[in-house]
Amino acid sequence: MAGLTGRFSTVVKAKISKLLDRAEDPSETLEYSYQKQMELLQNVKKGLADVVTAKKRLQLQSQKLEQQVVKLDTQARQALAAGNEELARTALERKSAVQNELQGLDTQVAELEGQQQSMIDNQAKLQSKIEAFRSKKEVIKAQYSAAEAQVRIGEAATGVGEEMADVGLAMQRALDKTENMRARAQAVDELEKAGAFEDLTQLGGGEDDIDRQLKELSSGTQVDSELEKMKAELAAGGGTSAGELGSGDAPAPGGGPAGGESA
Amino acid sequence: MIVRIATEGQYRLADDVVERVNALDNEAVAAVEAGDEARFTDLFGQILSLIRAEGAPLPEDELHGSDVIVPPPDTSFEEARHEFSGDGLIPD
Repeated sequence: MAGLTGRFSTVVKAKISKLLDRAEDPSETLEYSYQKQMELLQNVKKGLADVVTAKKRLQLQSQKLEQQVVKLDTQARQALAAGNEELARTALERKSAVQNELQGLDTQVAELEGQQQSMIDNQAKLQSKIEAFRSKKEVIKAQYSAAEAQVRIGEAATGVGEEMADVGLAMQRALDKTENMRARAQAVDELEKAGAFEDLTQLGGGEDDIDRQLKELSSGTQVDSELEKMKAELAAGGGTSAGELGSGDAPAPGGGPAGGESA
Repeated sequence: MIVRIATEGQYRLADDVVERVNALDNEAVAAVEAGDEARFTDLFGQILSLIRAEGAPLPEDELHGSDVIVPPPDTSFEEARHEFSGDGLIPD
C-alpha cells in the first residue's frame, strides 16, 4: 500500500522502532513502557488542565458575546424608535455577525470536550495494552525456548510500542488544537483590551460613523429615550413603525430586558 | 490484515476490504496531488467509514503491530499535502 496510508505507516513504524530501540532487550520493554506511561500520564494531566483552561476562557468569551448580542439588539430598537431604520439595520447586521462568532465558539467548546474525552480513553487503552503485555510476557517465557520467546516478546512489544506512539500522537494533536484555540482566544482578548472589541462586531461591514452614532444614541438615551418614547407615543397616531415600537416595547435605559424579549 | 486508524484504534480487515481501502487511498493521493480538497475530504471520509464498518475492532488485550496505519481522522488537507512533501504528521 503505497499511498497516503502507506507513507504514513512507514513514518509511524520508523518512530516505533526508534521508541523500542531504547529498550535493548524486548522484555525490558515492559519496564520502559511503564516509564513511558508515567510520562504520558503526566502529559495527559497537564494536557487536560490546558484543555479545561482553554474551554473556560472560550466560555467566558461566549458570555461576553451574548451580552454584545443583547446590547446590539437594544441599539437596534433604539435606532428604530428614533426613526433611523438604516442604523437599526446595521446594528442587526452586527448582531448577526456576533451570533455567528458565538456559534463558532460553541463548536470549539464542544471540540475541546471531545479532545478531553479521547485523551482519557486513549490513556485507558494504553494501560490495558501494557497489562496484556505483562501477562503475555510471562506466558511466552514459560512456553517457549529462550530464542523463540525473544522473538514473540519482540512482536508483542511492537504492539505496545505502536500504542505508545499512537497515544503520543493523539496527545500532541489534542494539545496543538488547544494551543490554536488559546491563541484565538488571546487574540480576541487583546482586541478587547485595545478597545477594539466593537470592531469584532463590525464583521457585518459597518463604518466608524455608524458606530459613533450608535454610541451617541445609547449614551444620550437616559434622557433622550424618555423623550423619544414620548415623541413616539405622540406620533403613534400617525402609524409610523417608530410609533409601534415605542409604544409597545421601548427598552429600559439599562437595555437589559430588551434582548430577552426579542429572543 | 491489521489496520490502525491513528489516534483511534486497530481493526482486523478482510483482504477484499483492504483492496477497496487501497483503491480509495490511491484516489485520495491523486486528489491531494491535484489540489482537490473537497475530493480528498470525501475520499478520506470513505476510507475511514469503510474500515470502521467492515473491520473488527481488535480486543484491547491483543498485541499486534499494524500492517497499515491510516492517518488520524482529523487530518487536514494541508497535513495530507505535507505528508507527501516529507514533513509528515508526526512531530519528533
